[in-house]
Amino acid sequence: MIKSLGYFLEIIRGGLITARHFFVNMHYHILRAVGIKTRRRGAVTIQYPEVRKELAARHRSLHRLTRRDDGQPRCVSCMLCVTVCPSECIFVEATEDPDPEIQKLPARFIIDESRCCFCGFCVEACPEDAIRMDTGIIEAADTVRRDLIYDMNKLLR
Amino acid sequence: MDVVIVVIKIVAALVWFLTLTLYLTWLERKESALIQDRIGANRANIGKFRFLGLFQPFADAIKMIFKEDFVPAFSNKFLHTLAPFLSFFFVAVTICAVPFGSELRIGGRSINLQILDMDAGLLFILAMLSVGIYGLILSGWASRNRFALLGSVRGAAQLISYEVALGLSLIGLIMVYPSLRLQNIVAFQGENLLGWIPKWGVLLQPLGFIIFLFAALAETKRVPFDLPEGESEIIGFFAEYGGLKWGLFMMTDFMEIIVVSALLTTLFFGGWQVPWLAADGFHWPWGGAWALPHGLVVLFQLLAFNVKIIFFCWLQILIRWTYPRFRYDQLMDLGWKLLIPLSLVNIVGTAVVMGILK
Repeated sequence: MIKSLGYFLEIIRGGLITARHFFVNMHYHILRAVGIKTRRRGAVTIQYPEVRKELAARHRSLHRLTRRDDGQPRCVSCMLCVTVCPSECIFVEATEDPDPEIQKLPARFIIDESRCCFCGFCVEACPEDAIRMDTGIIEAADTVRRDLIYDMNKLLR
Repeated sequence: MDVVIVVIKIVAALVWFLTLTLYLTWLERKESALIQDRIGANRANIGKFRFLGLFQPFADAIKMIFKEDFVPAFSNKFLHTLAPFLSFFFVAVTICAVPFGSELRIGGRSINLQILDMDAGLLFILAMLSVGIYGLILSGWASRNRFALLGSVRGAAQLISYEVALGLSLIGLIMVYPSLRLQNIVAFQGENLLGWIPKWGVLLQPLGFIIFLFAALAETKRVPFDLPEGESEIIGFFAEYGGLKWGLFMMTDFMEIIVVSALLTTLFFGGWQVPWLAADGFHWPWGGAWALPHGLVVLFQLLAFNVKIIFFCWLQILIRWTYPRFRYDQLMDLGWKLLIPLSLVNIVGTAVVMGILK
């Protein structure tokens, strides 16, 4: 009997907690709806397409190829990224670089983003810092699979 | 002229009822969201204006109207169509016994702010709420779907069990009040205890109020008591419904919330009474009076009634979004082993107290 009375009191306490959440949040919502700025937001939701969450500094987003100072891609076609890639989505075709100091240059550098699992191993493997995943682009969706096969034009940004 | 007044009263009451129902769907979404620290409906807008998503009910209604009206081939078509209208009708009709205010005097004519002033208004509302079970049973039965039938059988068992507790919890109240006429009941609650406490039903019958609250919550068949629906296990009695017919069932739920709130307000919280407000203005308990014109008094009464009803609607939605649901045996235990014995104790206690005080 006393135990169930205790349950009853806890039930009421639970209702008071949700009621407190309602009133506190409603207070902030109404203040913001009439245009008064408040520091608290009344909800933890981030209204995604309009408001974006800041990405972490080490977040792995869409790839890009970096350039040297003269505008050429830093890539030397060493094939390390192709070797390490667990999804086998990188394809590199090498050609001779006019600069004898560098030896090789990618003629084609293709990443199939539809197969990529964004593990970041290619970035880790690259000895030249030629490939990075820091574009901050996280919506790489497309309507056709073919459009997700990114070539050098798309990757050198 | 009398006919015109009655028609106006019916239209006004129905508009009030349906508007409040629409906005309860908004309140349900918003309240559940805010309780969980979410935002809730806020996108529906007219042009730039989207204040807290207040146009959401209309967007919902438009969506629901343009859905396909689907009747499964294996169901009994006539009864399948009839069921939602039955359950909607029997809830909608209860509004005619609800007293919104005392009386409005216009041009030498006294208009009772209640559509139909019945001697047994309380019994009428209870009876109509009970008959509403037919819609629930028919919908499950006519669908010829096992889960729907399971839902409606559960619903029938639950509603009949709680009907007993609901009726018994009111007997103590009926012993205290002089009449079953709802206007008389409300007028009775306008007096004061010890000269300053409003003589509301909840003070005369606290135990009866708690039992009635639980039984009425079960009667609305929403979450702590949502055995007929049982979203998480069976889809419930409206498993085979879609579009506007399902919408009618949903509106029935919300209208039941309003009717239950109206009953709670009328029976236990003084209906349209404002504390210390008499027909000619406020009479403060600390002496002195504040005379008010007749129109203002009626306005205060209507406002008080609406505020109380909205509070109880809010409370029921809060309960729905706070507590987990009962298992079927727990539900039956609560009804038969706790609420009914308690309401019998309440009747005996009320009788003893009244005998002593007499």
